[in-house]
Amino acid sequence: MIARDRTPLLLLILLVALLAVAPLFPNWQFIGTLALAKGLTVLGLLLLLRTGLVSFGQGLYFCLGGYAAGSLGLYAGVTDALVLMLVGAAVAGVIAALLGFLLAGYRGIFFAMLSLALSMILFGLLVKSRALGSTDGFNLAPATLFGHVIAGAQGRYALYALAAAVAFLAALGMHRYFATPLGRLSAAIRDNEIRVEYLGASVRHAVHVKYVIAGVLAGVGGVLTALTVGHIDPEMAYWTTSGEFVFITILSGTASVAAPFLGSFIFELIRTFAYEYSPNTWQMTLGTVMLLIIVFLPSGLWSLFRRTRSAQR
Amino acid sequence: MSEWLAVIIDGVIYSSWLFIIAVGLTLIYGVMKILNMAHGSLYALGAYTAASLAGYWLAHGYAPLASYGVLVLAAVIVGVVAGPLIERGLLRFMYGRDEIILLLVTYAVFLILEDVVKLAWGVDPYIVSEPYGLLGSVEFADLSYPVYSFALIVFCVAIGGALTWALRRTRHGKLLTAVIHDREVSQAMGIDVRRFYLVTFTIGAMLAALGGALTAPTISVVPGIGVEVIVLAFAVVVIGGLGSLPGAALGALIVGLLRSAAVHYVPALELFSVYFVMALVLILRPEGLFAGAQVRRI
Repeated sequence: MIARDRTPLLLLILLVALLAVAPLFPNWQFIGTLALAKGLTVLGLLLLLRTGLVSFGQGLYFCLGGYAAGSLGLYAGVTDALVLMLVGAAVAGVIAALLGFLLAGYRGIFFAMLSLALSMILFGLLVKSRALGSTDGFNLAPATLFGHVIAGAQGRYALYALAAAVAFLAALGMHRYFATPLGRLSAAIRDNEIRVEYLGASVRHAVHVKYVIAGVLAGVGGVLTALTVGHIDPEMAYWTTSGEFVFITILSGTASVAAPFLGSFIFELIRTFAYEYSPNTWQMTLGTVMLLIIVFLPSGLWSLFRRTRSAQR
Repeated sequence: MSEWLAVIIDGVIYSSWLFIIAVGLTLIYGVMKILNMAHGSLYALGAYTAASLAGYWLAHGYAPLASYGVLVLAAVIVGVVAGPLIERGLLRFMYGRDEIILLLVTYAVFLILEDVVKLAWGVDPYIVSEPYGLLGSVEFADLSYPVYSFALIVFCVAIGGALTWALRRTRHGKLLTAVIHDREVSQAMGIDVRRFYLVTFTIGAMLAALGGALTAPTISVVPGIGVEVIVLAFAVVVIGGLGSLPGAALGALIVGLLRSAAVHYVPALELFSVYFVMALVLILRPEGLFAGAQVRRI
């Protein structure tokens, strides 16, 4: 018997709720957009984590997306948010496809270390490149959406809605992808690669594809973050940024495609409050939460919902 | 005056510093298979403790030359307190789990310790530059170098020699080698593996703190110094081969000379060169330049 797939409906409800609730909290739209952008990047990491891979260098694609959007505005005068997103995704995707040939053969800490090294290479290049503002980065040209400049309260909501729509599409796409044979390989690869090879599938190819998807998502996340903040700097490629994404991934868990967005919202909330009330203990809070999750909730926060639901049955 | 001589001297000084911060990381990985991200925070803890203790020592007018002993003492204190606390209190519950989980656990410890440092010492910089200038400086090839830097080279060679001797020549070192090669069999033969893990982690933590303590006089100690150190140390141990002592030395030399050459000739490639070589080694020889043959995982 096949259970009915409720996830698309859940995602649609979430999208409508996100769009409907936001106008009531204008001051939170900025943080909401950032959370959605980060959630996109984390969605990619979720895909990798399901395959048993942890990338400590996802900042590479996040940064590439941001800088692609920034340079395009700076040097080519392109400001349309949709175009910028497409270009950011394309740049991240092409680089991920190339680097994927190298990374697809790596597992465990070697995958983590190589991805870390690659993102630090970009960081090392950016901090020394005068044309792109060195360590300070630069401000983006005001972005436009369908010919209107994104500015003011309306612009903020428009950007938020755009991020929510992209997140909805990405989550839905990812959910569909997990139902395809290639998507289903994730868990199989994590559990036993040799068996997958014997069944006739190419592990290398599967990992490569997943890596490219993750890169594209991070690229789009980077573009959205750049548009929201209006400023980019090399810090986006630094290992602490990638570490933050890994943290949110562990926080969210891999159970659902909606989890990364929940995780990012919680992360941004903790950060906002911690900055305000206790700036010197906020990393400590993160570290403690991370330890607690690794020890008590190995499948992330989302497993809380799972557990209560199965208990009710 | 030939610039390449300056490049080599700068490079070797930088290499010896890199070796001291990286050798503890490779030791812990070699024995326990833990890639310890908290290494950077232990470095920071060492730097802060050294700055405080040496500052106290000098402010009270005690013998300035003995302040070097105080720096080392600070590292020992940090190692003996933080090492067992982290290993006994947390890591031992995680043994047997995936290496990547252990990496994440030490990342959490790193985050926690970063704030412990801020809570204990505040966010203002600490400066104890006296031990740095105390030994004077020497003219060498038209340039003047602080003697402290050369002392660092000697010290680094001494540490490397002592560790190699302890591992290869002493009874405990040989037992440890057995533990590295086969944990279960060594345990069956009556070796107290638990104690070896505890001692290894403590020594590793001590070496991280020592790196910080010896750096403290040369910089102003501010929050966040460990963040940069940890990726550099990763680069060094990955280039040499995770878990290899001679590898750490080779990695330190390569990174040190490379960075010094980049700073002198092409400053734009300073950071790039280090991580480029790290990536290159991972791509061409993932087990590192110095690691022996290993059983393929798949």
